[in-house]
Amino acid sequence: MSYALLYDGTECVQCGVCLTACKMMWDLPEEVDVDRLSENTLTTLEVHDGHPVRKMCMHCDEPACASVCPVGALEKTKEGPVNYHPDKCIGCRYCMMACPFSIPKYEWSSALPRVRKCVMCFDRVEKGKVPACTLPCKVGAMKFGDRDELLAEAKQRIRNNPDRYYDHIYGEKEAGGTGVLYIGAVAPEKLGLPMTVPTEPLPQFTWRVLEKLPGVVAVGASFCMGMWWLINRRDKIREEDLEAITTGRSTAETGHELEEVQS
Amino acid sequence: MSGPIHLRQGIQLPLAGGFTLPRFFFWKSLGAVILAVGIYATITRFWYGLGATTNLTDQTPWGIWVAFDVLCGVGLAAGGFTITAAVYLFGLKHLRPIARPAVLTAYLGYTLVSAGLIFDLGKPMNIWHPLVMWNPHSVMFEVAWCVMLYSTVLTLEFSPMLFEKLGWHKPAAVVKKLTIPLVLAGVLLSTMHQSSLGSVFLIMPTKLHPLWYSSMLPVFFFVSSIAVGLAMVIFESYLSYRFLGHRLKKDVLMSVARGGVVVLGVYLMLRIVDMLYRGVFPLLFEPGIEAPLFIAELVGGALIPMLLFANYRVRQSRKGLFFAATLVVLGFVLGRLNVALTGFEASSGESYFPSWQELSITLMLVVVGFMAFGLAAKHLPVFGSHKAH
Repeated sequence: MSYALLYDGTECVQCGVCLTACKMMWDLPEEVDVDRLSENTLTTLEVHDGHPVRKMCMHCDEPACASVCPVGALEKTKEGPVNYHPDKCIGCRYCMMACPFSIPKYEWSSALPRVRKCVMCFDRVEKGKVPACTLPCKVGAMKFGDRDELLAEAKQRIRNNPDRYYDHIYGEKEAGGTGVLYIGAVAPEKLGLPMTVPTEPLPQFTWRVLEKLPGVVAVGASFCMGMWWLINRRDKIREEDLEAITTGRSTAETGHELEEVQS
Repeated sequence: MSGPIHLRQGIQLPLAGGFTLPRFFFWKSLGAVILAVGIYATITRFWYGLGATTNLTDQTPWGIWVAFDVLCGVGLAAGGFTITAAVYLFGLKHLRPIARPAVLTAYLGYTLVSAGLIFDLGKPMNIWHPLVMWNPHSVMFEVAWCVMLYSTVLTLEFSPMLFEKLGWHKPAAVVKKLTIPLVLAGVLLSTMHQSSLGSVFLIMPTKLHPLWYSSMLPVFFFVSSIAVGLAMVIFESYLSYRFLGHRLKKDVLMSVARGGVVVLGVYLMLRIVDMLYRGVFPLLFEPGIEAPLFIAELVGGALIPMLLFANYRVRQSRKGLFFAATLVVLGFVLGRLNVALTGFEASSGESYFPSWQELSITLMLVVVGFMAFGLAAKHLPVFGSHKAH
């Protein structure tokens, strides 16, 4: 069972209660630039041509951020949320580089900064509670539940009202499937959702190459060992040969070795 | 010590290469200024944090400390594994005189990479975490382990220089017995992490500019590290000759240059075939800073020096070798900066230029590297035929 969030842009009335709930839950200060994710803003509500869309961590099924983190500070939990452990984090910021949605932000102003992003209120989800942003949404724009069930419901909503919805569930296949699903009246590219994100999970791009490494190392090791043996032996025989010539002594063993080399 | 005495001592220094006092004094003063500014920048970096002292942002989380201090630092130190492999595994025994300078460069290089990492990490006191907190799926985890292990290998490979100086013959003999396993471990660990520094970017297909994004990145990083490792040997041999008076037999460096021709040739061919395969040649004619920097990296940093190295008269001249090697080094640095910085400008929508603190700390590390090399070359049996048999 993996939990997910469904955002329905056609139901959203842009009241912003989800944003306030997030700020309160995480005790974050208000910011001037409210339309931009930052260390103090883990979710935003953007309006594109009258069409609203929430932006937050997508909680990918196979997250790039968790796969690149050298110490496992980011973790895809079995419950669904991608959680963050600040005590493990070394601050390399690879997660920020790797995220195809550019979600993780950094506490640049702190001397010992943390990565900040939505963790789908993991502490609440773990206890069977609904994430803070979804709880106060009374118009049905946000729904929390099992990902498969939410996906089925999203498809149902589109099927029942084909005129109302653009026929695409953003997050069903993007980045190999995400834990936040979007449906709405217009195409996702009109909502500023990145369309270049591949449907293949991003860790695969690395793994395809990295999995070849043990083979390369094994072949490389035997090649180097082989070369060393060949060359070392050749030099040794050459020395013995030289010695044999200079001392005018030709042992059977040396002669045998030389024959072997020549053949 | 008063001024005039200091000056007189300076004049009396036995300087090789016909150096006059003002020039030597100039380099020393410049180094001192860079160190002073660097130390001040260091204090501000750790007191005020990354945000206040760098131009890093949420859009550009990696700057010059990752691109130069780490990516270039590791590459520029690749001469260590390249030359030791050539000498000890592949039997190119005539290269033995440059094995020690190459190991010293690598040892200092990796030490400085670790230092650079401490500046860049948001929580540097957690730098040991990869030892106990494992994520084997992470390229960075693999690089961290390889760099830690290889630094240990390099410390051992470097240690005989210190042991011989101190007259500790027993430990020197023990390490010497381990030469072949150490060299082999060095080659394998280097192959892994030199290539993996390229693999770091494989997970960013939508962010890294298509001129540079390729699934061949690890191969490019590996081959170019060998090329720049060889170039660095020529580069530092020339500087050691000019500033410290260490004279190497010319044919050694000529042989390294010939190796450079082959490696640069293979590298260029790989890059061109990859471009053809991915069909990105049209991108070279698009406006923007990407195409010119891409061309500069390949033509100025690989094609021209390859042709120079291939020329017998260039190989014959110390200055010619030095010039071509410098081109390889600059081209390599540009190439790494291109992948880590230029290649992300279009997708991040932000133009990054390092702050004075970022620049001065980077410069400080470079100066420390030069100084440490100079000191080691002066006081340790790095050059010459100390135990070279």
